Amino acid sequence: MRQSTRSLLLVLPGVGWLTVLMVVPCILVFVYAFFERGVYGGIDYRFNLENFQRTGEAVYFSIFLTSAKIAGLATLVAVLIGYPAAWAIARAPSNRQTRYLVLVMLPFWSNFLIRTYAWIVLLNREGLINRGLGGLGLIDEPLNILYNQFAIVTGLVYNYLPFVILAIYSSIQQLNREVLEASEDLGAPAWKTFLRVTLPLTLPGVAAGAVFVFVLSIGNFITPDLLGGGRIQMVGNLIYDQFLTARDWPFGAALSMFLIMIMMALLFAQAVAANRAQRAGGAIHA
Amino acid sequence: MHRSGLILRGHLVVVFAFLYIPIAVLMLLSFNRAGLPTAWTGFSLDWYTKLANSGDILSAAGNTLVVATVSTLLATALGTMLALGVSRRKPSSALDALLFAPMIIPDIVLAIALLSFYTLLDFTLGLHSIILSHVVFNIAFVCAVVRARLRHFDHALVEASEDLGASGFTTFRRVTLPLIFPGVLAGALLAFTLSVDEFIIAFFTAGAGAASTTLPMRIYSMIRFGVTPEINAMATLVMLFSFTLVLASMRLDKRALTG
Repeated sequence: MRQSTRSLLLVLPGVGWLTVLMVVPCILVFVYAFFERGVYGGIDYRFNLENFQRTGEAVYFSIFLTSAKIAGLATLVAVLIGYPAAWAIARAPSNRQTRYLVLVMLPFWSNFLIRTYAWIVLLNREGLINRGLGGLGLIDEPLNILYNQFAIVTGLVYNYLPFVILAIYSSIQQLNREVLEASEDLGAPAWKTFLRVTLPLTLPGVAAGAVFVFVLSIGNFITPDLLGGGRIQMVGNLIYDQFLTARDWPFGAALSMFLIMIMMALLFAQAVAANRAQRAGGAIHA
Repeated sequence: MHRSGLILRGHLVVVFAFLYIPIAVLMLLSFNRAGLPTAWTGFSLDWYTKLANSGDILSAAGNTLVVATVSTLLATALGTMLALGVSRRKPSSALDALLFAPMIIPDIVLAIALLSFYTLLDFTLGLHSIILSHVVFNIAFVCAVVRARLRHFDHALVEASEDLGASGFTTFRRVTLPLIFPGVLAGALLAFTLSVDEFIIAFFTAGAGAASTTLPMRIYSMIRFGVTPEINAMATLVMLFSFTLVLASMRLDKRALTG
């Protein structure tokens, strides 16, 4: 058998599976977005653009804005916490680096529902944080820190921080130490070296981590549902409702497509940024 | 310089505390005697006994094991083949995008897409539809882990084996597979963990009825009901289970989970 035929046979079953059970279903959702909701909740195959117009209506637009705000905030906090953590790991002796990374990633691969639930236990009115603050006499009455945006952002940061640390760590690892030393030898203060050399060169890692957190946060359904207590709706919850409660599949499909478009735009922007940084890095090496 | 190093190390300690204290509190409270979920009243294993006697939870756990086992076996075979095939072909960004998509696509979108697709085909929902769906994202993860392993693979060994007259299959069985096996197993363990923990896609593609309720679906409905020591006990077991599998996976292949 020729080499190319053999590799094709190896690739085909997996590609087939992904095509039939991911690409085709996503195309189907895209198509549904252009039809109407049937009387009994099914699909009425009459072409129109109404579903996309509806995503711009004030009610839904404000849900998109809230989601973007929460996701943006979670992304910002995760990067601000994650960058120095990644830096600290990258500076540790190399035999300890792997151990630290394993510790960072271990929670990330475990149950998302339970990691989110843990924050209900910590943040509720009888929870550890309120009891602790009350015990210290810092508060007279339990704080309402659960079932609001604060709780959602906390949950998202908690769940996605490990990935941000990993992404930034890998870009710090690839950093050419000589460039940093050159900057310092030429008399630049540490903060200037960081702002003018380190940060720009590690930006692809930051961008990769940030895009990941933002995309997974804005489409999240479990975190707003559990930590928002059903009071705050995000796009994920809206899509859920259209499919399981309101039974307006075409509108839910249009919302999903909107989400996918945001995701693709961000991934594209990140790829462009990574490319540019690579070229800039190349220029420095040359 | 020295002081900034100290601050950085302190920050890392705080980050680890942030990552692990919530889990530790949960585990500690699962041994709490009183029904009160958050105040400590003494050590007890009552909640674990209660869990072991709950038919609902045991059958959900059984369903989860079936789904995770079958979807892992399928995904490991398909994902490994994909990784081997891709490593021998010209780099293709379209193929890379296809293999990356299941990892980044929002769960809820894949869930409704699969539900729409199954409904259109009049496909009966149940454990089998969850399995078919879980294979989608598991293929991507297995393939990524095995590909990382193959990057350090010496293709000259395969050529040597073939030059010496071994058939393609013998070469695979005696040369390629033993060399990539730790990666394959690491990928399989990872896929198994992901499948055991996956909630949204299972929830949408399970159909109605308790017969296809998985453990995460059960946990979800319990959590919505409120905080109970019983959930703490179950959460502890599930977390320890995932931690064990993930650590085993990392031992097998250091690069598996951290790139």
